[in-house]
Amino acid sequence: MSDPKNDVDPLFWESGLEIKPVYSEDDLEESGGSAGISEPGEYPYTRGIHPMMYRKRPWTMRQYSGFGTAAETHERFLYLIKHGQTGLNVAFDLPTQVGLDSDDEMAEGEVGRVGMAVDTLADMEEAFRDIDLNKITVSLTINGSAIVIMAMYFAMARKRGFDLASLRGTSQNDILKEFIGRGTWIFPVEPSIRLIGDTMEFCARNVPYYSPVSVCGYHIRESGANPVQEMAYGLAIARAYIDHALERCLDIDSVAAGITFNFDIHGNLWEQVCKFRAGRRLWAKILKEQYGATNRRALSLRMIAGGGGGGLTVQQPENNIVRGAYYALASALSGTQTMALCSYDEAYTIPSEHAARLSLRTMQILMHEIGLCDTVDPLAGSYFIESMTNEMEKKMVQIIKDLDAAGGIVKGVAEGEVQAAVNRQAYELEKRIQTGEFKKVGVNCFMEEEEERDMEFHPYREEEAVEQIGRLEKIKKERDAKAVDSALEKVRKSAGSGENLMPDIIDAVEAYATVGEICGVMKDVFGTYKEPVRF
Amino acid sequence: MFSTGLRIWNYGVRLQLFYTVTGEMNMSKPIKVLIAKPGLDGHDVGAKLVCRALKDAGMEVIYTGLRQSPRAIADAALEEDVDAVGLSILSGAHVPLCRKLQDEMAKRKIENKIWFVGGNIPRPDFQVLKDMGVNGIFPTGSTFEQLVDFLKEKVKK
Repeated sequence: MSDPKNDVDPLFWESGLEIKPVYSEDDLEESGGSAGISEPGEYPYTRGIHPMMYRKRPWTMRQYSGFGTAAETHERFLYLIKHGQTGLNVAFDLPTQVGLDSDDEMAEGEVGRVGMAVDTLADMEEAFRDIDLNKITVSLTINGSAIVIMAMYFAMARKRGFDLASLRGTSQNDILKEFIGRGTWIFPVEPSIRLIGDTMEFCARNVPYYSPVSVCGYHIRESGANPVQEMAYGLAIARAYIDHALERCLDIDSVAAGITFNFDIHGNLWEQVCKFRAGRRLWAKILKEQYGATNRRALSLRMIAGGGGGGLTVQQPENNIVRGAYYALASALSGTQTMALCSYDEAYTIPSEHAARLSLRTMQILMHEIGLCDTVDPLAGSYFIESMTNEMEKKMVQIIKDLDAAGGIVKGVAEGEVQAAVNRQAYELEKRIQTGEFKKVGVNCFMEEEEERDMEFHPYREEEAVEQIGRLEKIKKERDAKAVDSALEKVRKSAGSGENLMPDIIDAVEAYATVGEICGVMKDVFGTYKEPVRF
Repeated sequence: MFSTGLRIWNYGVRLQLFYTVTGEMNMSKPIKVLIAKPGLDGHDVGAKLVCRALKDAGMEVIYTGLRQSPRAIADAALEEDVDAVGLSILSGAHVPLCRKLQDEMAKRKIENKIWFVGGNIPRPDFQVLKDMGVNGIFPTGSTFEQLVDFLKEKVKK
C-alpha cells in the first residue's frame, strides 16, 4: 500500500517552508528538538516574555488614530478611551511626518489628512489635554521627524507635571524601515541613524521607562517581504540601532530595553504564530550570545502585533471584519503585548468611528469571551508548531547571516538592495494573486459582481487646514522670536558638532519653534536623502 | 531595434539605466510611460509593481521616485516626451494633486497627454477626476492586465 502522505500535493508557506500533512515527535527531533522551548517568562522566551502572560496582564488594545487638527484628534482619543481602549497610537499627517509645517507649499492638500497636524508644542498640548499620561500609554507613530515630536511630547509631559523619570510610552522612530517602505524619510541614512542614537541615549539617561524605538517589521512585510524576512530584517535593524547606541558608552541592558517591535499579521495563521515564537527566541539569543545582555527586559522581544492591512481587500469589504478577527486571534496566540487591528474599511479610507469601534470590539470579544487569556502559549508542545518554530528560526538566522555577509542592513538599505529584493518579491506575489494561484477570497475566487453602495468615507475638510495654518501664524506672531532664533542656532551647532541634539530640540520646541523650522535647520546641516531606486 | 526598460527620473537628475530588457522586438517604438509619486505619500509598493508590470509588457517606463511636486512631474513628462503619465496616490490627496498636475500640464501645453491615476481612489471621486481630464482610474484591486490594455488602446502608435 502506498503511503497516503504521498497522495497530497506539496504545500509551502509564504516564507518558502514546506509543510507536511502530519507532524510527529520525530519531526520535532529532526527540526532541533524541544530544547529551546523552556518555561514562559524564561530565557529564551519562546513561550512568551512573562511567566503568567495574559492571566496576569492581558494585551493592551491600541488602535491607530488621529486626523485633522489636534482638537479633533483629542475628541477621538477621548472617544476611544471611553470605549475601553487602554493605549493611544497616534497618527500624524504627512507634512508632520516629513518635517514640513502646515503652511509649506508641499503640504497643500495634505494637512490633517492621514493624521493629526502638528506644527508646534501647542498642538501637542491640545491633543493630550486632560489625558492621564500615567494611565494611558501613548505610542507616537513618527519616524523622520521623530526627534522633534518626541521632544514635544516630553516637553508637554514635563509642563503638565509628569516626571520624565517614570514616564512610559513608545515612539516608532525606526528610520531604516522608512527607507525600505512607507517612505517618510528626511535626512540621509547616516545622520538619520545618528538622530535615533540621540533619542536612545537621551531616553536611557533621562526617560528610562520610555521605549524610544519600535522596530517595524510591519512595513517591510507590507512592502512585500515574507514573514521570515519580516522578522529577520526587523531584528537586523534593531541590531544596527543597538550597535550605534553602544558607541555612546551606553550599556547593552538599558539600550536593548528601550527597543520594542511592531509586526504584521496577515496570511497563514500558523506561519504567524511560529514567526513570533521563533523571533522572540532568536532575539533573546542574539542579545545574550552576541551582546552579553542579562537584563530580562532587554532580552524580551516586546511587541505590538496586528494590523494586517496588507491582507485586507477592497472587494467585499465586510470580509475584512472576519479577516481582522483571525489576525487578532493569531496575535493573541503569538503572545503579543499590544494589539492593533486595521479596520475593515481601511482598504479604501481612514477608518470611520463605527469601523474603529468594531476593531476594538473584536479584540475585546477575543479577550473576554473566547478564552484566549486562559492559559499561556496554548499551542506550545504541538509537534507541528514547535517543529515549524525551529525551522523558521533557522531561516531567520540564515537571512541575517546573508545580510551580514553582504555588508549589513545599513549598507543594503543605503544602496537600495534590500528595497529591490522586497519589491521583487511583492511583484512575484502580486502576479500569483492576479493569476489566481495564491488564493484571496473575493479577489481571485468567490468573486461577486459588486454593486455600488454607500460607504462612509472619511471627509477631508479644507477649512481645517486653513484653521491649522491660522493657528500656526498666530503662534509665530505671539512667540518670542529672539528666543526661537537662538534656540534654532543651538540646534544647528549641535547638529554639526555631533552633540546629542535632544536637549537643544526640547529647548527649541519650548520656545514654540516649529517642526518645519527645526527640521529645516537639520536639513541645512545634514542634507536630504536621495532615493537609490533599484529594480 | 529599441530597448525597453525602466529608468529612474529623480530630483531632476537622470540616473543610469538600471534595468534594461530587450523584450519583444517590434518595429514600432515601445509605449513610453512616466510613473510618478506626487505629494508626500510614501507608499510606493503599487507604483513600483506597476513599473515592473509595464516593463514586462514591453513598455519603456520612467519612475520618478517619491515626493515629487506636480511641477516636477509635468517637467519630466515634457522632457522625456512620454506617451502617458501615471500617478500613484494612496494618501487621499488625489483631487488637489491631480488638479495641480492638470494646471502644470496645461502651462506646458501637454494637457492632451494620456494620464491616469492609481491607488486609494474612492468611487465618488471618479467623476471629479474624469472631469479634470484624467483618462483612466485604477483603484486598489485593479489588475496589471487592465492597465496594460488601457495603455495599448489609448496610446496608438
